[in-house]
Amino acid sequence: MATMVTQWELPMAETATHDTHATSTGLSNVKLGMWLFLGSECLLFGGLISTYMLYRGRVSDGPTPEQIYDIPFTSVSSFVLLMSSLTMVLAVAAAHKRDDRGTNLWLTITALLGATFVGGQVYEFTAFYNEGLGFTTSLFGSSFYTLTGFHGVHVTVGIIMLLAMVAINKRSRVPGSKSETVEMIGLYWHFVDIVWIIIFTLVYLIPV
Amino acid sequence: MAIIERPAPGTTVPALIPAAPAITPTRTFGALRRPVATKGWKSWLFTVDHKKLGLMYGATALFFFIVGGLEAVLIRFQLAAPEGKVLNADLYNQMFTMHATTMVFLFVMPMAAGFANYFIPLQIGARDVAFPRINAFGFWCLLAGGIVVNLSWFLGGAADGGWFMYAPNSGPVFSPSNGVDFWAFGLQIAGIASLTGAINLIVTVLNMRAPGMTLMKMPIFTWMMTVVQFLLLFAVPVITVALFLLSFQRSFGAQFFDVAAGADPLLWQHLFWIFGHPEVYILVLPSFGIISEVLPVFSRKPLFGYPFVVFSGAAIGFVGWGVWAHHMFASGLGPVSVAVFSLATMAIAVPTGVKIINWTLTMWGGKLVFTTAMKFAVGLIVLFTIGGLSGVTHSVAPSDTQQTDTYYIVAHFHYVLFGGAIFGLFSGFYYWWPKMFGKLLNEQLGSWNFWLMVIGMNMTFGPMHILGLQGQPRRMYQWTEARAGEGFFNLAFWNLVASIGSVILTLGILLFLINIVVTARSKVRAPLDPWNARSLEWMTSNPPKEHNFDSIPHVHHLDEFFHRKYEEDSATHTMREVATAEQVLAELERNADEHIHMPSPSYWPLVLAVGLPVVSLGVIYSIPVAIVGGVIILYAMYGWALEPSVAAESDFDEPSSNGHNGHAVGTSHG
Repeated sequence: MATMVTQWELPMAETATHDTHATSTGLSNVKLGMWLFLGSECLLFGGLISTYMLYRGRVSDGPTPEQIYDIPFTSVSSFVLLMSSLTMVLAVAAAHKRDDRGTNLWLTITALLGATFVGGQVYEFTAFYNEGLGFTTSLFGSSFYTLTGFHGVHVTVGIIMLLAMVAINKRSRVPGSKSETVEMIGLYWHFVDIVWIIIFTLVYLIPV
Repeated sequence: MAIIERPAPGTTVPALIPAAPAITPTRTFGALRRPVATKGWKSWLFTVDHKKLGLMYGATALFFFIVGGLEAVLIRFQLAAPEGKVLNADLYNQMFTMHATTMVFLFVMPMAAGFANYFIPLQIGARDVAFPRINAFGFWCLLAGGIVVNLSWFLGGAADGGWFMYAPNSGPVFSPSNGVDFWAFGLQIAGIASLTGAINLIVTVLNMRAPGMTLMKMPIFTWMMTVVQFLLLFAVPVITVALFLLSFQRSFGAQFFDVAAGADPLLWQHLFWIFGHPEVYILVLPSFGIISEVLPVFSRKPLFGYPFVVFSGAAIGFVGWGVWAHHMFASGLGPVSVAVFSLATMAIAVPTGVKIINWTLTMWGGKLVFTTAMKFAVGLIVLFTIGGLSGVTHSVAPSDTQQTDTYYIVAHFHYVLFGGAIFGLFSGFYYWWPKMFGKLLNEQLGSWNFWLMVIGMNMTFGPMHILGLQGQPRRMYQWTEARAGEGFFNLAFWNLVASIGSVILTLGILLFLINIVVTARSKVRAPLDPWNARSLEWMTSNPPKEHNFDSIPHVHHLDEFFHRKYEEDSATHTMREVATAEQVLAELERNADEHIHMPSPSYWPLVLAVGLPVVSLGVIYSIPVAIVGGVIILYAMYGWALEPSVAAESDFDEPSSNGHNGHAVGTSHG
């Protein structure tokens, strides 16, 4: 396994140097591609948030948002997620300094903070379900679980990317050779955090 | 194949021999050995070459064009006479739903994607797209999506809610078969193709232009396709949300469209048309791009007002986001919304009118050459203008309320989509065929093809204006003699005319298919520059080499190829030829690059795309199958991530004989 990985990283390192001077805009292809993807994601969450805003007051016989939201708990898990953006910045900074140890440390902490957030969401979903809000209980239930669930899946995908990055870095022989990939994961991670700020404000804080 | 052998510099013989079967991969990445075939079906299945993928998109689209066309003919047979017996009501619903779905998502969009894939890199002087493996993945997603959508025919009935699939009508109560589930999952998968394609092509256009090619020196087809990719980038996620909501409702009991539970029936309509109206421009702008290439070439003049064509295209792209509710005038939105969307709809006619004026003035005073490609281009201008004018009538909300859900609407959108989008694509076939296959399509058959299509299309869709204004509703599987009316406006007469027209149209398209076969069997090779063309894609051999350009051209002009062939005589202010196409090409070959870096083929795009329909079938029938699909997807993602996009020279065994000095190092990620 180890030999397999070291054998493929060398041409990749060469690839990176080829790429930087070749593009018309000066931005690398992967970075431009990631920005475009995130632009597209804005519309995805836009659609889901609009659906939630339309349906948040339609509770049928189920519980209302005021009855089940635990604002202090969600505030803490939101804070944990926002702090993970800080550690992500530190990971990118370390990657630019070609400090693989530091990069891996901060990437791991970021993944742990993200996992804490997702764990909090699982706990919250369980609690809501026990209080009588199922996926099919009401329009509020369907749209709440769909919106926050999509966000949770995005965070989970981010955690997998972070951990895969640590694994790749550990097997890399050239320090800092993956700094651009770290930066890209950072773009994605910050985007997911920003979306959570919007969801937290619109879903939890603003009363119906 | 990744490794390209180069002759030593100074050798004039352009002997480019793709390093061939002698090479075998020596290492494994992830789990599969790297594919190396350069010939046969394996070279197509695992290719990442933008030209091969472009042809695969085209072939797939043509297949679905035939399927969708047959569905249309069945609809017209059913409606030819009163109380038609060809189809029953249920089958008729499936037929018009699948006809529209197939034509929109599985013919026009992938055909445009095929042209974009093939010609954007050539037009901007690049050797491939920015993400070749993602490009291959996009194609396989499209094919997988098309198969899933059509699989429902054999598994209990196809989707039957219309291509707009209005909820709650598409919910489990009113549409109990699995057809809508297949439809939603299939379009979701095809949507991945559109989204990845959009990112890929935008990055390609922004980042991989030849030196000197500024944005305002880009060929106009590339420009229009770039606008389309931005529309896709932002429109696809909206339909993605709508399809997820629908699938969650149908598969997991969510309530999004359950009116009894208090759901808003307009939610689906808004989400669908926020996607659906930009989609209209996604369908037609590629054809605008194609004829903006064809008209100048066959008018022997530059495109009139190139910046206006560019910016009106971009304007259509922007305003296209602000007109969606004109599809919903009859739904009771309230006077303010109706007024705003009426005005926006009138406004969007302006940039379209600008384009029509530009095309007309391009031809004005030109030395017109009426090849088949040119005929289709002129046909587009005329027919699209008719469709555009009936479109403006829809912006008048009171009149639109009368026309809603009548055949008048069907007439309108077939004039813009058949007369606009499809005529443009046919113009592209005849114009670019020699570039793609090295042979000219038969012009005589082409002429018959064109005239039968013009006559058939006007006979089919023209009478629908009358039928619609007389009040014949869309999507009714039968009409009755008793309510057909009398005299000139008699519904029976015009329905029959439309059905006869559809047969003529079918004959026209059949001639095109015959033309393909005749051309494929012909031994006559096309000349290098058969049309005396103007843009960069013609500065390659026919068909282009695997790496497109021997040396990347430096661009100084809009219409660079033309300016390399012709110079202005300062005394007489006329253009005179200074070089032939062969000489221009020979010049590029003389300066050929020594090392050419091409991306390597890969199994992973195909494996990853295979996982998606498995998940879809699993969600519909049995969750364990979905888990198997998920495992395939994960396996493919890891294999993909662990495989560098470009093979190193050391990945391969050396060819047994001939000392080869070429090697491949990558410039692109996938």
